[in-house]
Amino acid sequence: MTETAQHMDHSHAGTMSHEDHLREQHLMLDPKPRKEMNDMVMEAMHHTTWKFWAVVVLLGAIVLVGLLGSWGYMIAEGLGVAGVNRPSYWGIFLVNTVFWIGISHAGTFISAILRVFKAEFRRPFTRAAELMTTFGLIQAGASIFMHMGRVWLSYWLMPYPNQRGLWPNFHSPLSWDLLAITTYLLASTMYLFLPLIPDVAMARDRSTGWRKKAYKILALGFRGTEAEWTHLRNAMTIFAFAIIPVMFSVHTIVSWDFAAATRPGWNSTIFGPYFVVGALHSGMGAVIMVLAIVRSTMKNMKYFIRPEHFDAIGKLMLIISMTWAYFFFNDYMVQWYGGDKWTHELLHFHEAGPLGWMWFAMLFVNVLVPWAILWNKKWRSTPWVVFIVGLLINFGMYLERYIIVPISLTINRQPFTWRLYQPGIEIPLSIGTLALFILLYMLAAKFIPLIPVWEVEEGQMAHKITKFGRETVVSVSELE
Amino acid sequence: MKPLVDLNVVGAKGAIAEEAEGKWGMVIDQDLCTGCQACVAACSMENNIAFVGEEDAGYGRSLQWMRIERFWEGEYPEVKMTPFQPTLCQQCGSAPCEPVCPVFASVHSPAEDLNLQVYNRCVGTRYCANNCPYQVRTFNWRDYERPEPLNNQFNPDVTVRRRGIMEKCTFCIQRIKHAEDAASAEGREVEDGEFAPACAQACPADAIVFGRLDDPESKVSQLQKQQHGVKLLEELGTQPRVTYFTGE
Repeated sequence: MTETAQHMDHSHAGTMSHEDHLREQHLMLDPKPRKEMNDMVMEAMHHTTWKFWAVVVLLGAIVLVGLLGSWGYMIAEGLGVAGVNRPSYWGIFLVNTVFWIGISHAGTFISAILRVFKAEFRRPFTRAAELMTTFGLIQAGASIFMHMGRVWLSYWLMPYPNQRGLWPNFHSPLSWDLLAITTYLLASTMYLFLPLIPDVAMARDRSTGWRKKAYKILALGFRGTEAEWTHLRNAMTIFAFAIIPVMFSVHTIVSWDFAAATRPGWNSTIFGPYFVVGALHSGMGAVIMVLAIVRSTMKNMKYFIRPEHFDAIGKLMLIISMTWAYFFFNDYMVQWYGGDKWTHELLHFHEAGPLGWMWFAMLFVNVLVPWAILWNKKWRSTPWVVFIVGLLINFGMYLERYIIVPISLTINRQPFTWRLYQPGIEIPLSIGTLALFILLYMLAAKFIPLIPVWEVEEGQMAHKITKFGRETVVSVSELE
Repeated sequence: MKPLVDLNVVGAKGAIAEEAEGKWGMVIDQDLCTGCQACVAACSMENNIAFVGEEDAGYGRSLQWMRIERFWEGEYPEVKMTPFQPTLCQQCGSAPCEPVCPVFASVHSPAEDLNLQVYNRCVGTRYCANNCPYQVRTFNWRDYERPEPLNNQFNPDVTVRRRGIMEKCTFCIQRIKHAEDAASAEGREVEDGEFAPACAQACPADAIVFGRLDDPESKVSQLQKQQHGVKLLEELGTQPRVTYFTGE
């Protein structure tokens, strides 16, 4: 057992003692009895108002009409009802794919990297982030299938034994993509599931009826013995380490869809890390938005999710925003410096074309807004402020993908074919995808404990406040 | 006959560099081209290409496998025209469209050294079209109706494509195969000029010449030897099989 002492905030507030102040600020120093905390999480799960169901019905209707209805119509009519044309053979569907994979990134990033580095502030919201990964990937996968001309034959992308001995083409970046996304979906779902087992077991012991039956299956008979914990910890450690390279590979491979092509503006060697950082940028924005919504709408969440968490994620967002700006500059500079005629034409079109406002808006909200707001501790600890920053960053990252896919496709080496892209049925389908994500998240929040209670309890056991003379010292012991 | 290279295996690229000459090729003389679009019409008739209608065509969805490019500089009346440029699939020896297809719908024919599109294998990811530097691939955005009386003229030798499928110029492979079958039945090689693709056949100015590149006596080879032709975007290393002549 190692003991590390770390200083925490020292700003004394009014008459409150320093110790009380620390307890109010930090969840880890503000322990509650186990039973009470378990009940709080159970209550948050069970407590639903008519407003919740109204939103569920509304989202369900949007999914039904916007997603399933429009998709069915598009399958029957062909992609002509969408906005894709020559030369923009790829449109918003691919923008959505890249966007949702980006969203899914932050879940694993927060959970796995912060777990590996033992960042204590991660504890209450790892699950909220991991859920985003799984549900985001579902939207990304759906968007790829929407994009295909003959989606009913999509199983041909899978390597399966068939009479003709036909295999998918492993030279194609799309085949790599399929493998990478499938791996990531499976790995992240398992990684979501493992830390969930003790919480589901907790819920099983406190439920009745169909819920009990469902939790019983999901908990895999977990009873909390020492051996079970040891196995679970080993599995989680393996997954936390293993999923980090998988996460990096997925978005790099997605970027190869573009970087491996012969097109000006796409054929860039920096696209791999640029896409990874871009994914983290939008993903962190999405995490902070989800946390702000969960905190303000779900019961008992103000105890678990505190300004300190927004503060911590806000710092990460600021750093990622700087990294993104660096990679953007790097990508732009190298392409411009290369001096290729068509690349220059394209870069000029990005800034001065009919959709040039997107380029400037992207830089404004991805760089300027976070830099102007997130440096301030008070602002980045305020949920509604960071919610807006997160929303703007996601808007900016969507624009970035929009610039990379349909706008960059407008310019190619055959000026005779240059033509603008106008989205058609992509708009209801995109709204439907977003609605499906929110709907899945809302329903999941009512079915599985959104707060990993055992992880919070473990953290609270590890933290303690000690007095050395007048000095209050917070110490964290490593339990594992 | 030269040894055939299977371009669908790893390491084929090195082999192609030596095989850069190709089998079938085309020479287009832009000085002779009048821009009459007879080739475009003939191509559409021969290959059962759908008519997409005014609206879709205006939005960049025309399905023609061949297009006549034309540019001009300056303001009217001081307009300087560039020569007409019939643009079609260049049947690249090292084609960017081929490796990116996840299902092998865009493949190289080792026998004819042409880029083929296997219609019934295509799932419509459209990656090939994005990766084509010549932008000559066309996509079936819908199931298009043939207006009267065109619904009565279909070429029985060519598949009719449905929605969601990529298609492109094949150098009229049905005519190539027809000529080869006829020649082999008579126990001889295909003679130069024995047949031509629809576009070359229809060209009133004889601006399009088609033939064997690997036969040094063929008209195409002779024309190519004149050395004043250019190949489109040759610097990309695609090894296009179409040569353009333009006034010097």
